[in-house]
Amino acid sequence: MSSHEQQPSTEVARSGTDGRLPERFENPGLAPHRHRLADSDPKVSKRSERQVVVIFLISVLASIAGVVGYFVIPLDEPSILDVRLSTLVIGAGLGLGMLGIGVAAVQWARALMDDAEKVEDRHPMSAGPSVQQQAFEMLRDGGSEANIARRPVLKGAVGGALALAPLAFLVPLIGNLGADWDISKFARTAWRPVRGGDPERYYQGQYRYLAVDPQDRRIKASEITNNNIVHVIPHGLPEEEHYLEEKAKAVVLLVRVDPGLLKESAERADWSYEGIVAYSKICTHVGCPVALYEQQTHHLLCPCHQSTFDITDAAKVVFGPAKRALPQLPIAVDEEGYLYAKADFDEPVGPSYWQRER
Amino acid sequence: MTDTTTSAAITEPIVPKPVSGTVDYLDQRVGAASMIKGLSRKLFPDHWSFLLGEIALYSFIVLLLSGFFLTMFFVPSMTEVHYPEDALPVTMQGVEMSEAFASTLNMSFHVRGGLLMRQIHHWAALMFVGSMVVHMLRIFFTGAFRKPRELNYLVGFSMLILSLLAGLTGYSLPDDVLSGNGLRITDGVVKSLPIIGSYMSYMVFGGEFPGTDVIPRMFTLHILLIPALILGLVALHLFLVFWQKHTQYPGPGRTDKNVVGYPLFPVYMAKAGGFFFIVFGVLALMGAFMSINSVWNYGPFDPALVSAGAQPDWYMLFLEGSLRLMPGQPEFVILGWTLSLNVLIPAVVIPGLLFTFLGAYPFIEAAVTKDTGEHHVLDRPRNAATRTSLGAAFLSVFIVLLVAGANDLVATHFGLSLNAITWVLRVLFFVLPVVVFVITKRICLALQRKDREVVLHGHETGTVRRTADGRFYEVHQPLDEFERWVRVGHHVYRPLQLAPAEDANGVRRPGGRLDGIRTTLSRFFYEDRVEPVTPAELATAHSHGEHDQLPAGESSRVGELTSTSGTSH
Ligand code: HEM
Ligand code: FES
Repeated sequence: MSSHEQQPSTEVARSGTDGRLPERFENPGLAPHRHRLADSDPKVSKRSERQVVVIFLISVLASIAGVVGYFVIPLDEPSILDVRLSTLVIGAGLGLGMLGIGVAAVQWARALMDDAEKVEDRHPMSAGPSVQQQAFEMLRDGGSEANIARRPVLKGAVGGALALAPLAFLVPLIGNLGADWDISKFARTAWRPVRGGDPERYYQGQYRYLAVDPQDRRIKASEITNNNIVHVIPHGLPEEEHYLEEKAKAVVLLVRVDPGLLKESAERADWSYEGIVAYSKICTHVGCPVALYEQQTHHLLCPCHQSTFDITDAAKVVFGPAKRALPQLPIAVDEEGYLYAKADFDEPVGPSYWQRER
Repeated sequence: MTDTTTSAAITEPIVPKPVSGTVDYLDQRVGAASMIKGLSRKLFPDHWSFLLGEIALYSFIVLLLSGFFLTMFFVPSMTEVHYPEDALPVTMQGVEMSEAFASTLNMSFHVRGGLLMRQIHHWAALMFVGSMVVHMLRIFFTGAFRKPRELNYLVGFSMLILSLLAGLTGYSLPDDVLSGNGLRITDGVVKSLPIIGSYMSYMVFGGEFPGTDVIPRMFTLHILLIPALILGLVALHLFLVFWQKHTQYPGPGRTDKNVVGYPLFPVYMAKAGGFFFIVFGVLALMGAFMSINSVWNYGPFDPALVSAGAQPDWYMLFLEGSLRLMPGQPEFVILGWTLSLNVLIPAVVIPGLLFTFLGAYPFIEAAVTKDTGEHHVLDRPRNAATRTSLGAAFLSVFIVLLVAGANDLVATHFGLSLNAITWVLRVLFFVLPVVVFVITKRICLALQRKDREVVLHGHETGTVRRTADGRFYEVHQPLDEFERWVRVGHHVYRPLQLAPAEDANGVRRPGGRLDGIRTTLSRFFYEDRVEPVTPAELATAHSHGEHDQLPAGESSRVGELTSTSGTSH
């Protein structure tokens, strides 16, 4: 099938002299123009003009009102009402000022400007084979003047130089973007036991206390009532360097459930305390903070994409797009009943990444 | 030389002197007269749907203006500060927050017009992306992307992607709980990329999430790089529209070789220029009366907090929905390396496929039609049944993802179980596009048949007459030639018939495999079709309709038809 046949036929299919019908209908040409009332009746056109003028006037008034509003509603010692009013008056002034101009201009165009459609020819984008031919010849001439043909080494050198030069820009740029590139940090949190730590923050100078957020007050096991949920952070974290980065990994949810309900594996048997379990608050899907706790089902729900974790069953996923259970933090209490972390999480918290299991 | 040009401009009092003076001045320096000659009376076809692109353009200008205002007061810094005790809002007094968040509050409460500009900026962003998407649908469903406009389609497509990035980076700036969680999700998605993901995350945040670099970096992208790229593409886009001249809807007198419309000056300028002020005005009124992103209700970003029921801006909702629909199982550890398909598929693969389909569509269609002609007259969507159905199927997938992005709202609003809704949507994701495709195609073909019907038998008038011999019939009003043309003027493609991949001796022809795919696709596209009425069919219909009273009917109709065709030139 030739490409010519494929084009919608705009050519007029002529009826043969033998009186047979054309194969296709022919384009009848523009329909006759219908005149508007305003074109013939000066009264109507005068009315349209008045309309346009009035709309422009509304715009003028609105703009002035907006500017006046700016001055008469100061926000030095504002109340919420002033803020609202200022927003409203300046916005309405600006909005109506603009809208007026627009409506008036369009109305003017519709009612008063010549509304007869005009016709213009279109030409194909390409100026045709002969021009193409000339272009080719020019390229050929330019190319031969550049003397590049049959000089493969020169070509290679140009290409090589052009390819390498940007590297001296890109390598420092990208190289610096990732700071130290030490992705092993993903696997450590501020719960890690230390040696010789501040006894205020670390039980026996080793094990980090749990503290309520944002007060940063140590928390006792007795404060956690049945089926209640609190989120905690490592005690003293807000004063430390990289507080937000550490908090973004270390934040933990504490829940107390009936100890009989907990299905604990042998190696995790002593990770909970009297039915209190601690799980990372950072969703293993893409990292939102898990937030909703359903008391009846003991399910934790992540509001972002609704991954649901079963608190009684090692926080395993029961529904939603996350694959892995929330990492568990092993906890215990000191002599006074304050909760502390016996160890760091035994796996990276939060979303999966390629090197996670390494 | 100078004398003659000057006098030519001045002696003939065609236009007022200040105008002729200015034109003369500019003409002698930059050749303005030839530009005016070339451009001022250039014709632009008119149709309401051509305004969609204009809305996008004007929203973008409003974004530039309101965004400039915001940059004057916004501080792109993640340094922690305490919000002053004497500043509004009361709930934030003394709260620890980043300077970015503090400056957003300050500009909302203590800069006159600041809240207004923030709200205008945000509404304009929603309007910008929204109008761009609807504009693109118009381009798609009317076939405006066909030769010679494929490249401009790609320019538009790139702007769509860039505008999503602009929205993403802008949304992150105020550093409230929502924007921080948006960044956190971005981080999770980036980390899922095989091999480089963790390093990409470091690259974005300058270390671990959230760090102190991300907002300054987003800021530079948001106010410099992305707008500059969009602006460049806008210029190219508009230049190409101008250069290739606008398409037009089918209608009497409109062909692929002409433009029917109104001149740039004055009609188009007044309408388009006026429309800019309308869009600006509407956005300003929205900013004045409709609050949006009241970040003080969410509070400053805190990695431990999240607000339930929070929605991202609508243009990101499909990604959110995609992430929500995906079941969690397909995450694998292979030789110790973790491959998170449960994140990669919904966040990278599915959007990738959807966008690839969108970007590649003009080239797919060109390949199956092997049509090399220029097209300037638009298709009525029904006449391109397969394209329209593919577009509708695509939209249905997109809508499933949007609904999935709001499944919690759907659940609470209709009192349904979240899991049930998610399962229904998972099934719909696969089934709905097929159903929508089939139904849309039927509707298109039915509409085409209806067109044939109307051309052959005229409009129903509702008037019923009785013939002399007692039968009833409804009077039909025949179409005039102008009305008829819209229904019969289109071209109908047929499936390609290419030489078989193997010749009679079973020897492979070069390119045979490709042609095979092409033929199959072409059959898929064009097997079902309805041909437009031909003059002969119309003549037959008329002679039948007018029964036996007019034995010579056929020939008299023929006469009428040929005479109408005579008017076209
Ligand atoms: C290209 C299209 C653009 C889109 C889609 C876009 C979108 C957004 C969005 C959604 C926000 C959050 C607004 C909020 O706080 O409610 C934002 C904030 C911001 N945008 Fe844009 N924007 C665009 C262009 C620009 C430009 C050109 C500038 C500056 C010249 C700019 C400057 C800003 C600033 C300073 C903020 C932060 C201030 C604040 O959040 O209150 N934007 N942008
Ligand atoms: S981040 Fe929790 S479900 Fe996606």
